[in-house]
Amino acid sequence: MRACLALALGLMLALPAVAADYAALPGGSFTSVLPADGKAAAAQVAPFRLRTEPVTNAEFLAFVKTHPEWRRDRVAGILADQRYLSHWAGAETLGGEALPRQPVTRVSWFAAQAYCESEGARLPSWYEWEYAAAADATRRDARSDPAWRENLLAWYSRPSNAPLPDVGGAPNAYGVRDITQPVWEWVDDFNALLVASDSRDQNDPDVLKFCGAGAVSLQEKENYAVLMRIAMLSALKAADTTNNMGFRCAKPE
Amino acid sequence: MSRTPLLVVAAAALLTLAACSGKPQAAAKTDATPTTNAPAEHVTRGDFGPPQGEPIHAVLTSPPHVPPPVNRNYPAKVIVELEVIEKEMPISEGVSYTFWTFGGTVPGSFIRVRQGDTVEFHLKNAPDSKMPHNIDLHGVTGPGGGAASSFTAPGHASRFTFKALNQGIYVYHCATAPVGMHIANGMYGLILVEPPEGLPKVDHEYYVMQGDFYTTGKYRQKGLQPFDMEKAIDEHPTYVLFNGKEGALTGDNALTAKTNETVRLFIGNGGPNLVSSFHVIGEIFDKVQPEGGTVAQHNVQTTLIPAGGAATVEFHTDVPGSYVLVDHSIFRAFNKGALGILKVDGPEDKTIYSGKEVDSVYLGDRSEPNLQAVTTAAKAHAAGTLTKDEQIAAGKQLFTGTCSVCHQANGEGLPNVFPPLAKSDYLAADPKRAIEVVLHGLQGKIKVNGHEYDSVMPPMNQLTDDEVANILTYVLNSWGNPGGQISKEEAAKVRAAPAPATASQGH
Repeated sequence: MRACLALALGLMLALPAVAADYAALPGGSFTSVLPADGKAAAAQVAPFRLRTEPVTNAEFLAFVKTHPEWRRDRVAGILADQRYLSHWAGAETLGGEALPRQPVTRVSWFAAQAYCESEGARLPSWYEWEYAAAADATRRDARSDPAWRENLLAWYSRPSNAPLPDVGGAPNAYGVRDITQPVWEWVDDFNALLVASDSRDQNDPDVLKFCGAGAVSLQEKENYAVLMRIAMLSALKAADTTNNMGFRCAKPE
Repeated sequence: MSRTPLLVVAAAALLTLAACSGKPQAAAKTDATPTTNAPAEHVTRGDFGPPQGEPIHAVLTSPPHVPPPVNRNYPAKVIVELEVIEKEMPISEGVSYTFWTFGGTVPGSFIRVRQGDTVEFHLKNAPDSKMPHNIDLHGVTGPGGGAASSFTAPGHASRFTFKALNQGIYVYHCATAPVGMHIANGMYGLILVEPPEGLPKVDHEYYVMQGDFYTTGKYRQKGLQPFDMEKAIDEHPTYVLFNGKEGALTGDNALTAKTNETVRLFIGNGGPNLVSSFHVIGEIFDKVQPEGGTVAQHNVQTTLIPAGGAATVEFHTDVPGSYVLVDHSIFRAFNKGALGILKVDGPEDKTIYSGKEVDSVYLGDRSEPNLQAVTTAAKAHAAGTLTKDEQIAAGKQLFTGTCSVCHQANGEGLPNVFPPLAKSDYLAADPKRAIEVVLHGLQGKIKVNGHEYDSVMPPMNQLTDDEVANILTYVLNSWGNPGGQISKEEAAKVRAAPAPATASQGH
């Protein structure tokens, strides 16, 4: 019995090391929807590596087993809300509503950060995430193509009550998969996005919450699709979890 | 969200109002100052002090229903609990759309409070929502109309409290970026702040709200239609609708009244883009409170309702019949869905109206009770039990909607313009050719029953194979045509085949 458990644990430990592929992204000057100086300056993205796939339920389960302080029945209340991993069958069991290859959701920013540390990584910054997500299958920056935006908006238009697909969608030009869907993804500086857009011209920390304000303060007025992601991230606190919020990790080059 | 400065009020008006209502007006702090030239007006703003009595849970209703009158003579604490739900619902027959809703309906739940009430607002965002949401109530005095205090992530709830200082009918909407998209997806509704003395009693109150919708597919193109941002920015709606669905107020869902009754409509316009020229065909509004304000206008034919605005409309019913609610920017009514029916039952009054229905032309396909037969046929086909009679019944209803505008309900067409389908030798010569005509259109000279026609029929490829089969089966078995049956498979084959030389432009 003990040997059997040990074997299972060993397998679990072995899995993430195999699964965690990182793609190298060159970085450079990048026109973000949130200008670096609040007006027009491009963001500078240093070369970095990004996980090719979002973290899955199986990977997060392995993490929880080696880091029991992140079990849903032991996690500190200030680090994750009550819905944390609540779709799992048990504290260390996935069950039918959390399949091994589905992206893990209902994880807090704190939990995501801790997971990435366990992989020797960190959460990507907003600029890194936005830079990686600007690519389509063939181009590194496909954002001027209406089809790119339509693809994002189409996901928002789909009802969110269906089970999530497994990770492993088509890779983009960097070899990164599933980045704009099927889940939202935490970024390291998620709670600084409003401040960043504020510091420009209106000293109003609620700039995105007001009617119309978002439309005047963002660079790409048509780029509603990206704006919506910022709105989503802005709505959250670090301990919050939602049915659609997952994450992936990044590392320096 | 902007607040108008206080309206001024003549002292005489205040006294009159207090005397009429017999309610504790004396306690009101109206902030009113006399003015030199203001006519007698209603008190429009008032803080009647702290809430009294036990907190009250607001009754919320789905459109077209309105909660009962407040019937209260003191300010209370009113608790409103509204849940944001993102859900797929039909927007037209066979067409669905992912709506974002306040309370599961478009427009959202109707809220009714009394001026001076303290409203404790709970906004909940369902756990399976994809988006964060908030609410901006135009009836709130405060930054963002509550938006700043109600920004709510999926699976969370926010609470804020406001005092309803101004009476009137107010729009509420989601104000989360991108605001336009949240509104376009159906996130708006109405809140009524009753004057302290309540509203005059009427026989019926209804809740109707217009909105414009933007789908990537064409009008009535079947299936789940995603939101189209380009069309929304260009302000080219695919649908303009009352209460969020084509047919929400027609057929079995029509509003009802009897003759000799008074009807009050709370008409809102969520937008996001269009301004409504609201009109009821065959009625004159006895009283309109334009833009929800307190100064009434009388004897109004059409009233303008701005996007993000509302009006209260009242009229008396004299003559039985169907009264058609439209946006009198009239292509929206007949080509984009902005159409509803108020059905008035009761004895005729020939002294007021002789009896011929002026609205019959307008009713068109939407006057059909519903498309039940189409649904029946679709189910029968899925079950493999579809009969010719079911096809004919379904085809008849579809024909009314799509074909009768040109070919006429009796299949006679219009001389020299639209060829007849009744006893048509062109049809009889090759019934299968008709599938091609429907799906690929027809252009160029043809001869039907001895007459030459040279017009263009656009391709009707928005119809599904089922629908094409049902319509043609109906046509073949009507008006002295030879009979026969067209199957879904035959339609599919023609659709897949290349367009013939006679196909029309725009194919």
